[in-house]
Formats: sequence, structure tokens, C-alpha cells
Amino acid sequence: MPKRLAYSLPDEVLEHVFSFIQSDKDRNVVSAVCKSWYEIERWCRRKIFVGNCYAVSPKMVIRRFPQVRSIELKGKPHFADFNLVPDGWGGYVLPWITEMAGAYPWLDEIRLKRMVVTDESLELIAKSFKDFKVLVLASCEGFSTDGLAALAASCKNLRELDLRESEVDDSSVHWLSHFPETYTSMVSLNISCLGSGEVSFSALERLVSRCPNLRSLKLNRAVPLDKTANILRLAPQLVEFGTCTYSAELRSDVFSNLAGAFSNCKELRSLSGFWDVVPDYLPAIYSVCSRLTSLNLSYATIQSPDLIMLVSHCPSLQRLLVLDYIEDSGLEALASNCKDLQELRVFPSDPFDAEPNASLTEQGLVAVSLGCPKLQSVLYFCRRMSNAALVTIAQNRPNLTRFRLCIIEPNTADYLTGEPFDVGFGAIVEHCKDLIRLSLSGLLTDCVFEYIGKYAKKLEMLSVAFAGDSDLGLHHVLSGCESLRKLEIRDCPFGDEALLTNAAKLETMRSLWMSSCSVSFEACKLLTQKMPRLNVE
Amino acid sequence: MERRVNYENDLNLMATELRLGLPGCGDDEPQRKTNPSIRNNKRTAPEISEVSSSESSSSITMSGSDDQDSPPPAKEQVVGWPPIRSYRKNCLQSSKRNEVEGMGMYVKVSVDGAPYLRKIDLKVYRSYPQLLKALENMFKLTIGAYSKREGYNGSDYAPTYEDKDGDWMLVGDVPWEMFISSCKRLRIMKGSEARGLGC
Repeated sequence: MPKRLAYSLPDEVLEHVFSFIQSDKDRNVVSAVCKSWYEIERWCRRKIFVGNCYAVSPKMVIRRFPQVRSIELKGKPHFADFNLVPDGWGGYVLPWITEMAGAYPWLDEIRLKRMVVTDESLELIAKSFKDFKVLVLASCEGFSTDGLAALAASCKNLRELDLRESEVDDSSVHWLSHFPETYTSMVSLNISCLGSGEVSFSALERLVSRCPNLRSLKLNRAVPLDKTANILRLAPQLVEFGTCTYSAELRSDVFSNLAGAFSNCKELRSLSGFWDVVPDYLPAIYSVCSRLTSLNLSYATIQSPDLIMLVSHCPSLQRLLVLDYIEDSGLEALASNCKDLQELRVFPSDPFDAEPNASLTEQGLVAVSLGCPKLQSVLYFCRRMSNAALVTIAQNRPNLTRFRLCIIEPNTADYLTGEPFDVGFGAIVEHCKDLIRLSLSGLLTDCVFEYIGKYAKKLEMLSVAFAGDSDLGLHHVLSGCESLRKLEIRDCPFGDEALLTNAAKLETMRSLWMSSCSVSFEACKLLTQKMPRLNVE
Repeated sequence: MERRVNYENDLNLMATELRLGLPGCGDDEPQRKTNPSIRNNKRTAPEISEVSSSESSSSITMSGSDDQDSPPPAKEQVVGWPPIRSYRKNCLQSSKRNEVEGMGMYVKVSVDGAPYLRKIDLKVYRSYPQLLKALENMFKLTIGAYSKREGYNGSDYAPTYEDKDGDWMLVGDVPWEMFISSCKRLRIMKGSEARGLGC
């Protein structure tokens, strides 16, 4: 007779133990131990993450996990950000909301990325979930301020409304005014993506003044700078603040008011916004700079000297997003001032101009890799690079986990030797053993993929464009990268053979995107036959 | 699905040919349109999706050496490259527009011999005489009169500016509107150095 019954713990005890296990991966492992654990686990799972909304149907999720409180869904593939995915591709959230409205009355958190969200979906959310608390719409589209108004009016306990980088249509409704006077729950509000017509400043002010728990506020461009001081004085407890357009006629009263308001914000750790910066207003933030851990200046068209001045006031900086106006000299200053830096993103100010308009080269990145021992995550746009620099960076910073390099002109070779960048990226994957994300660029042959397949054992996401010579390249990656989950490829000569040979690998991955490659329709049909559980299109 | 049948008829062996270089290098590669959607919850089969500006691609790829001899012509962009989100692209473009239209247009002004630079808002002025007068006031110097033939010959100082192409030009040659949209910074040169510019 099986000993199982005699020695198993009561369900309630197991459930209690499982409640300490938060990560999806661990939960999945727990549920695979035995049938009874599967049953207990599925009834007490509260958070679901679906990385590809077409991987599973909402009905199936609901059937397995009947008591979910929080769901995160991702729709379009990453390349949709760059207009590579046609309109009308999909990623509609309404079917999910419709199913969950009936099944999960206590759902309180919805996080969506790259999905199409309609006003109808938002209205359904507002109506169906009585205790709704968190809505994050990252890079979503398809809704207007009408939908926001519905949420504002109905969700008494809404704590977080984050519309980061979504496209919102202006329906001319003053949606902020739809928050009733009794509503005081806001903790995090990010409306930075909204256009000029969509925010009534007085409604915003009233909202901020009655929400004492407001920790994170990111304004949109249309709020005038001289009103910023008012907002800050109403919410000195802010930890994260996104400014509006940071420019106005230089007036000493506006300046001192702003500087005073900032100096009151003792908890402020993160600043962003800074569109259209007038450099003379930057010193207004100096009082908070020493405590800042995150600074997003990637929309600030200010020049290197002003940027250097600013970063030299921020010794605690962990995260910096900036335009290439920072130049090599600015990055050298960053390297000597900001020893806690973990993440650096440098964006191009003029990506479509053939000539560089800022003196930013590989030197800047080398300097940061040398000077910032905690640097883990890099996104760097530049116009020239060398293998030597990449090797140096790899040797300096073996603790890199994310390395995304975009050499702006496709097929650019090493400017010193004329060689492809195989050796350079090879060094990156060889030295940075914990690398989980890599984006390649520049001139590359099949060799680089051989290195990647050989060394990049923890790599989860790889982005490739204009690279490789043959199918071997793809084969190396698919057969070698054990942890690969997402692969996106454009304009590479990869074709049928590698794909079909490694068909089994695809089932272990979340998604594979190939565009302008050499894959034939016939091969895709074969693939669907070979791997019937794959979603192939 | 009808769409798939069409694909079979159009199957183009060229598309599966392995090659280096950006798409569109071969002259006879047919133009394929990006697939519009056919119904709500289903997606079409974009396993080979179009890079729409294929003519431009061939001008970039084939060899580096030609391109380096002369500045590349303004080329059409490859779709989705460089990988910058539309949100950011729109912000960059509207920043540029703002610089010329709405917000202040501050440019640096350097004067030969002065210890530090100043900044002025070009939007505040409507004409060259206004600008020159302001500069004279700001730096306590005389610039004198402009003439098409002689430039600022005879003056102690000559105002010059750096334009979008990085060239140093004499202030006053082009219409005011054109000047504002191309001026990136100003430099007031000592008359002796400026002699050459007048001719």
C-alpha cells in the first residue's frame, strides 16, 4: 500500500508553504512534483505570466488556475517596436478580459505589453473587477482617453496607472476629472506618453493634492515648467518624478521656485522626462542629485558640457539613459564619478544622418566598462567600433548580463582593421558568462554564431540583423544556446535547413522571429507538420 | 486560406538563394507587399516580410570603398533600422521641429579672446540688424555694416556661424529664415582673421 497518504502533509500546510514561492519557474516545478501538489498549487496560484499571448488560450489558463489575482500578458514580438510587424497582426486583449471578467472577479492587477487595448476593454475592466488596483500598459495602443475616463470613474482602489510609451488617442475627454473627489488611492501615475490636449492641469493638481501615498509621478510634455513647482510642493514624498517639457523663458523667480520645490523632495531617487531642456534650468535639480539613482535624459537635447556638469553631481547614479550628446568626454566623466552605475543606455540624437553629429565613439563605452565595476546592462548606439574595444570591454566587465550594441550603419566593419566583429562579440560571450541578452550589429560572419553557440550558455534573448553568411550561423545558435528563449532575426541568409534540423529546439523557446531571411514557405509548412504544437506563421 | 495558395503560385526561388548583403541587391527580386491582416484574431504569414526600401539597400551594401570617397547621398531608410522605437523617433522629430518653430532656439556665441561663451535665443530676433545689435551690446564690441561684396570688411569683428553641414559661414549672406534654421552656433571673429571671408 503506498505510503503517500500516511506521510503527506495536510493541504493547508502545503498551501501555506507554497505561498512563499513567488517565481513562476519555481511554481511550475512545484506543480510537476506529483498530482496532489499540482492540484494544490493550481488553486493557490495568484500570479500568471504569459509571455506570448498566443501560446495558450484564456480559457485554458482559467481552467487550470481558477483563483488568479494578477496577470501579465505580452503580445507583439519585440521587433514590432521598429515597425517590422504589419498592422492588424494581433495581440488583442479583449478576448482575455472578456473571459477573465467572468472567471476572476477578484482580479486586481493587469500588466500588458505590446498589446492592442480598446476602450471597450478598459470599460470592461472598470466594470468587472471591483477591487482593481494596478494597470500597466507598456507600448500598447488602440485606446483613447475615453477608456481612461471609465477607469478613473469606477476604480475606487486604483493604485497604479502606468501608460508607458503607449499610443493614446485624444478623445478630448478630461479624463483626469473623472476621478471622484473621494478618490485618494493613487500611488503610481505615469502619463508621460499623453499628448498636449489630454491632461487638464488643474485636475492633475487636485488629484495629486489628495493622494498622500503618491510615490511615482511621470508627467507629460504639455504641463508647463512653471507649474512643476506646484506639483512638487503638493507631493514632496515623491520617489520617482518625470518632468514635463523642461523649458521656459529664463526667469529667476521661476527658477528659484523650482529649485526650492525640488529641494523639498527628500525621497526623490529617480528623474525622467526632460524634453526640450533649457540648460539654465538644470541647476534647479542639483539639490536632489546626490541621492539620485536613476536619471533618464534620453530626450534631453543638451550638450556634453551641461551633461558632464549634471552627472558630476550624481555620485549615486545606478541607471543612466542619455543621448549621444554626452560624447566620449561625458562618458569618461561618468566613469570617474558614478561608481555604482549598473545600467547605461546611449541613444542616437540623429540616427538617420550619415555623418555623426556628436563625438561619441567606442572610447566612451570602453571608459565606462573600465571605470564602473558594477556595470551590468548596456545599450549603446554608435557609428564606429573595433574588435579591440569589444575585447577590452569583455575583459573589463565579465559581469555584464545585457549587452546590446547598435552600430548604426549596417555591415560596418572594424574601423581599425576592416575585419568583421566576430572576434569582438566572441570575446563578449566568452568572458561574460552570465550574459542573458545580446544584440549584434556591424559586419559579422558565421564565425560569430559559432562563438555564441559555444559560449553563450545562459543567453535567453538574441537579436541579429544583417549578419552571417549561411545557414550554419542559425544552426550554431539553435543547437548551442541552451537557455535561448527569444530569437529575432532580420535580413540574414538563414534558411530552411537550420530551421528544420533544429525544429525540436523551437518548442523550448518563447518565440522566433525571422524576416527578410531565406526561409521558404514550404519549410514553414513542413515545420508545422513536424511540430504540431508550435504556432507557426 | 486563399492567401497561402497565392504564395505557392508566387514561390520565388530567388528568395531562398543564400547570399550576403541586404535584400534588394538583385535587380530581379520582385516587390512583395507587407501583408495586411485578413481577419481579427488571426494573423497572416509574414515569415518573409518585406523590407520596403529595397532600392536603397543596394546602395548601402555592396562595398564600403565607393561610399567612403564622397559623402553618401541622403539615403532612404531601411525599415526598422536603426532599431529605435517609434515613440522615440517621434519625440526626436518633434524636438527638431520645436527648435525651429515653438520653443527657444538657444545657440552658443563665442568671441575670439573672450574667456567664456554666451548663449542667445535666436527666436527673439526678427532680422539681422536686430541680432547684430544685440551681439554688439552683449559683448561690448562693434561689428559694423554688412555688404554683399565685402562682408564686414572694415569692422573690428565679423560674425560667423556654423551651419548644419559643419561649415563656417559669414552671417548675413542668406535670408534670415534660412539662417535661423541652419545656424548651430555663432562665432565672432576678430576683424584681422575675418579678412579672408569678405572676398
